[in-house]
Amino acid sequence: MKYSAINLVRNAFSYHENWQKAWSSPELKKEYDVIIVGGGGHGLGTAYYLAKEFGVKNIALLEKGWIGGGNTGRNTTIIRSNYLWDESAALYNHAVNLWEGLSSELNFNVMFSQRGLYHLAHSVHDMQEITRRAYSNYLNGVDAEILNQDQVKKNIPHMNVNGRYPVLGAILQRRAGTARHDAVAWGYARAAENLGVDIIQNCEVTGIDVSNGIVKGLQTTKGSVNAKKVGLVPAGHSSVLANMAGFRLPISSVPLQALVSEPIKPILDCVIMSNTVHVYVSQSDKGELVVGAGSDSYNSYSQRGSFDMIEHIMGPLTELFPIFSRLKMLRQWGGIVDVTPDRSPIIGKTPIENLFINCGWGTGGFKATPGSAHVFAETVAKGEPNKIASPFSIERHFSGALVDEAAAAAVAH
Amino acid sequence: MFVIKCPYCGDRDQTEFSCHGEAHIARPENPETLTDEEWGEYLFIRSNKKGIHYERWTHDHGCRRWFNVMRDTVSDEILVTYKMGEEKPKS
Ligand SMILES: [Zn+2]
Repeated sequence: MKYSAINLVRNAFSYHENWQKAWSSPELKKEYDVIIVGGGGHGLGTAYYLAKEFGVKNIALLEKGWIGGGNTGRNTTIIRSNYLWDESAALYNHAVNLWEGLSSELNFNVMFSQRGLYHLAHSVHDMQEITRRAYSNYLNGVDAEILNQDQVKKNIPHMNVNGRYPVLGAILQRRAGTARHDAVAWGYARAAENLGVDIIQNCEVTGIDVSNGIVKGLQTTKGSVNAKKVGLVPAGHSSVLANMAGFRLPISSVPLQALVSEPIKPILDCVIMSNTVHVYVSQSDKGELVVGAGSDSYNSYSQRGSFDMIEHIMGPLTELFPIFSRLKMLRQWGGIVDVTPDRSPIIGKTPIENLFINCGWGTGGFKATPGSAHVFAETVAKGEPNKIASPFSIERHFSGALVDEAAAAAVAH
Repeated sequence: MFVIKCPYCGDRDQTEFSCHGEAHIARPENPETLTDEEWGEYLFIRSNKKGIHYERWTHDHGCRRWFNVMRDTVSDEILVTYKMGEEKPKS
């Protein structure tokens, strides 16, 4: 059923009790042309674009838990594309272009809000870094504005620009913003199922069947299934899945946590991030401040971050916004993020034929969701990565052609 | 948050330490003879184990010495800490 104002009115007569389910729970079939492993936004989007744009008919998507229960529902919902390197700018800007039409494309309101993102500069070096990045952004068709202290203060009146690490300026991307993370997963799931994709929840992959270097199928908690092609789109378990197929990855899985405050009246109409003091914050439409902490330095699969990270994030937050200092934090949670050495994702082929992987999004995968899904769908459908995806192969770790956003964008994504 | 037993100083809070990744990866003796695959493997590829994991920590705000830790990455429980050069404990 199409979501529309007319259908909203029509369903009001039956007290909204007859809306059909957004997606169903089909049985796992014996064989598929393509199986996507991982029901986060990236995986669901991959299944959707495979069906919609690349003519693949017989697709299953396997999700270990429930749709929206993984990192898709755990991130801080920030979207931007002002990366330094050409390869990253192309990938993330492809995503922003798709974000702009996503709600109408999916017939699902993903609440994409281009409220603008301010990346703060606290030192002469920071000012030079954002200036360099802005010029790089111009060349790549990514919008960027350099603001001085007065302009920042004017736009964000509650911010204390004269703190321990004064705010000297900022790089502003007006096309950046936030989206409702759950809605992205739900919207893609509903749209994918409308195109015939089987979405199988509570179905964990326990083994990958490989014969003569070619993937043949999967072992799952719901039985075995054959597949002509498999696309792995995990978060937090990339190495575990790769091990099942007999190869290893340049990935470390580490905890990353976030917090939300009690809801308050609208006070912050943009996204703020700072690498130097390390904080990022925005206000959700419900009124909560959504605050992202840093990742821990040790590997873990526990989905719990360490307490000292909370202190590390609250210090700079209250220094920048003294007005927030009496707010209570309502919820805090952790997720596991798969970090690569250069902080860029891995998209492409694997040592196993017909087995493809899209992983390693580290601390900043949400923003790329539509772009990542779109280029990965093409990679799976055609067997080769396209121009945007090809720099992000596993091979870059052997050839040396890293896309080093670790050095360029530093910590925060 | 962990309490970590530094092999030199005893039990201390985790905030005194920092973690430096997988342990027992030896630098190749003759890097110039390696293929790109072997060098990339040494530099970047990690076991990233779900379960028993061996890793290097430093006691930054204490004795500043390096040591190894055997930890379960599912529960975060630290099973053994041991000095550099000591044999890897069995899991
Ligand atoms: Zn010590």
